[in-house]
Amino acid sequence: MIRGVIIMNDQGQPRLVKFYEYQPVEKQHELIRSIYRILCSRAENVSNFVKVDSLFGSDVRLVYKTFATLYFVFIFDNSENELAMLDLMQVFVEILDKCFSNVCELDVVFNFNKVHTILDEIILGGQVLETSTSEVVKAVEEISKMESKANWQGR
Amino acid sequence: MNEFQNHNNFMDMIRAIRACKTAAEERAVVRKECASIRAAISENDQDYRHRNLAKLMFIHMLGYPTHFGQMECLKLIASPGFPEKRIGYLGLMLLLDERQEVLMLVTNSIKQDLNHTNQYIVGLALCALGNICSAEMARDLAPEVERLLQFRDPNVRKKAALCTIRIIKKVPDLAENFINPAAALLKEKHHGVLLTGVQLCTDMCKVSTEALEYFRQKCIDGLVKVLKDLANSPYAPEYDVSGIADPFLHIRLLRLLRMLGQGDAEASDTMNDILAQVATKTESNKNAGNAILYECVATIMSIEENGGLRVLAVNILGRFLSSRDNNIRYVALNMLMKAISLDSQAVQRHRATILECVKDSDASIRKRALELVYLLVNESNVKSLTKELVDYLEISDPEFKGDLTAKICSIVEKFSPEKIWYIDQMLKVLSEAGNNVKDEVWHALIVVITNASNLHGYTVRLLYKYVQAAGEQETLIRVAVWCIGEYGEMLVANAGVLDIEDPMTITEADAVDVVETAIKRHSLDLTTRAMCLIALLKLSSRFPSCSKRINDIILHHKGSFVLELQQRAIEFNSIIEKHEKIRSALVERMPVLDEATFSGRRAGSIPAAVSTSHGAAPKVPNGVVKPASAPLVDLLDLSSDDTPAPSSSGGDFLQDLLGVDLSPASSQGTNQAQKSGTDVLLDLLSIGTPPAQSSSSTLDMLSPSQGNKKSVDMLNDLASPSAPSAQAFSPAKNSPMMDLLDGFGPSPPAPETNGSTYPSVVAFESTSLKITFSFSKDPGNPQTTSIEAQFANKSPNIYSNFVFQSAVPKFLQLHLDPASSNTLPASGTGSITQKLRVSNSQHGKKSLVMRIRISYKVNEKDVLEEGQINNFPRGL
Repeated sequence: MIRGVIIMNDQGQPRLVKFYEYQPVEKQHELIRSIYRILCSRAENVSNFVKVDSLFGSDVRLVYKTFATLYFVFIFDNSENELAMLDLMQVFVEILDKCFSNVCELDVVFNFNKVHTILDEIILGGQVLETSTSEVVKAVEEISKMESKANWQGR
Repeated sequence: MNEFQNHNNFMDMIRAIRACKTAAEERAVVRKECASIRAAISENDQDYRHRNLAKLMFIHMLGYPTHFGQMECLKLIASPGFPEKRIGYLGLMLLLDERQEVLMLVTNSIKQDLNHTNQYIVGLALCALGNICSAEMARDLAPEVERLLQFRDPNVRKKAALCTIRIIKKVPDLAENFINPAAALLKEKHHGVLLTGVQLCTDMCKVSTEALEYFRQKCIDGLVKVLKDLANSPYAPEYDVSGIADPFLHIRLLRLLRMLGQGDAEASDTMNDILAQVATKTESNKNAGNAILYECVATIMSIEENGGLRVLAVNILGRFLSSRDNNIRYVALNMLMKAISLDSQAVQRHRATILECVKDSDASIRKRALELVYLLVNESNVKSLTKELVDYLEISDPEFKGDLTAKICSIVEKFSPEKIWYIDQMLKVLSEAGNNVKDEVWHALIVVITNASNLHGYTVRLLYKYVQAAGEQETLIRVAVWCIGEYGEMLVANAGVLDIEDPMTITEADAVDVVETAIKRHSLDLTTRAMCLIALLKLSSRFPSCSKRINDIILHHKGSFVLELQQRAIEFNSIIEKHEKIRSALVERMPVLDEATFSGRRAGSIPAAVSTSHGAAPKVPNGVVKPASAPLVDLLDLSSDDTPAPSSSGGDFLQDLLGVDLSPASSQGTNQAQKSGTDVLLDLLSIGTPPAQSSSSTLDMLSPSQGNKKSVDMLNDLASPSAPSAQAFSPAKNSPMMDLLDGFGPSPPAPETNGSTYPSVVAFESTSLKITFSFSKDPGNPQTTSIEAQFANKSPNIYSNFVFQSAVPKFLQLHLDPASSNTLPASGTGSITQKLRVSNSQHGKKSLVMRIRISYKVNEKDVLEEGQINNFPRGL
């Protein structure tokens, strides 16, 4: 299963943090910092997988990728296919791109609860829910509609 | 994006936080926000509740405590509006701290939302449940989720499927209720539902054998067909990932098939065809295709044996290894590691490619490849593989050298076909990466060298050559210096030249040069320089022409600030100058070290090394352990006391190296040394050994014979006028030397009869041996306890080479006097006594504790007994 999804910027500031197993907030903070340290020390021309047994227990790995100023990190155990995780990350980024038309760090910062909603349409409880970009975008649009309808009614 | 409630206020907070330049500023902003949110909560503000919670989630992400917002989540979830519910559920998933009472409160709201008419609200509830469901909630809500598995909208069905996974993980008993609805999901056409359905079935198989059997019986053909259709399906743009149709579904299907095929030949058979098809037809130029191939390989490796498929799978991995994509090489190496236990032949075929990966620019790939190569080594390929690795050692990254060196050494030790090859490879490694070689490796090398008598000359010449070229590798220098000390004359005389050697001319001076250069090198540590001094002493006897020069070098160290070097220099100098007659006997060549004993020791020394590295565990104080039978041991024991590195495992070995008593095959050389050299060596090195008859004038000061007692008394009296006369000690047990040293302390121990107020204890008893401790204390020095150990032999056989060793935790200090004898007569007809002195720095707080080890020989067999003594009388 997927243990967590983290988006952070190249300064190590978290932009989205979602753990699918309960982590106390202090621990979360610590994990993010450790992961940031790991990512910073990675050379350029190396694989995108890092073993993180020491942080999460045996057989847990993370895959990371940089998009502009952001690190995307998926943490997962041995019941997931590493290469598929890489693809899933691609799917996630593509969807963000569609929802924010050319996503940038500020989009993620100011819309972080929308990003959560998007992520919840892709991964649920650490399992892959949907991988079709169009399906996810459609679902998110429906939710947006619900939101604005309620907001109109509310005003 | 207004629909996602980016009210200005929320944006303002984020802007304020982003504008902070320091952590302190950020904390201040967050504190202010939290205060106002708390105020709003206590006023039960409804209008801004979800806005405040959104802020709290952001604050939580930054790592600040937000527990006070949890109840707000519940209120939002219970409110009727969609935006409120959405934020409420989001907050529930993020802020929840697994407190049972909160979960109990929310269960009812979730239940209502699962039955809501609005499918999006149902979706929110399912999502939250799938993320945070507890065992209690699972039991309460399982019927709702089960019903939703058949909901009309596919988006709800797929969420319900994943929610079910969480439920059955929390309560595996519930799995059987879900078998039928889960199996029904496998017939879905909607990709998303099918994907989650397959995943659900996979997880059910993990928790329920009943489910596993059911799916095996009923679903396997269907699954094979789904996979076949998918593999042959035309292009489907909505599920396309870089040109491959729905790789995720492929992967999930392959994984479920693996689950079903494992351990079931019939099921495995059913899927062979489709696996072969996926393995051969999937395009491998894109990551998505490779992900499928990788999964397919994993499935082929796990299901029941099909030789042809396995070869196909290993070949795919071989192809992966030559991929330019680091990620693909990385996963391939991981998988090959698993494959090697299944079909090492097939993996061996890709040896060359794997070896290339050892030289990869990516450190994690190199590391993995190296581990894999290590697994691939066998008797037939060891030479070629080692050559490749040793060659690569030259050009490898400095940070990789450690790993690489360790693996090469391990390979060479394990598979070496012959001694000369072993020595060749090891010397190459030492000269390339000697600073990365662990102590036990070069210790083992020396053992091998001493055992290869026909290669002594060859080895020492080779070392001479290497050390000229790579003089900065410490372990190389150690081995070279040791060998030159031992076999120096073979170096010069070109003794035992092998056909493969080029002729060399080395003079005696050249050989001394090597050692002199080494000892002058300041980067080298104490052990190495101490070894140099020993080598010089040996050479002084082997090369009479250089004796004067060597003595000068040794003299140079008489003023060394390092006590150990200074002591050696003074001792060796007096051996060279004053004991010409015995010198050659003293510095005889080392006896051949017994390989079996060494490997046994090496295995046994591992715990010692561990305990030293942890620091807290009792450490064997090598400098204190003084088997009386082996005066030579003292020589190196003292050194290991000062140098931290060899004191753990190295110390043990060094003891072996010179510890004559421990090598069964002791040659006459050392025995002679023991006999003829006893007097001097004892005086020189073993403080507190009964002095022998002869004593030379230089040594008088250090080892007064019994006749010289007056001087001792004098010193004693000087140091502490009130001290009782040293005459009170029995000269046989407490040597004058001891008195001398004690005299320098604040107050020397009182005669034992005065302080003996503690009962004797049986410290250790086995079927063969009994040790009794009797105690005495000096009233003026309560921290120190004198112990007289008495050893009694309970067996009918004589014990020879009897050595008692002991270790104490850090708060204690232990001093062992030599034992009265090293032979223990049979059946309790006699005993050995040995004196110990223990200083307890925690006197009054902690009581004594001691770990002991007794080794002896009985009927030509080595026996080792160990124990811990906890029954010391209180207050010692």
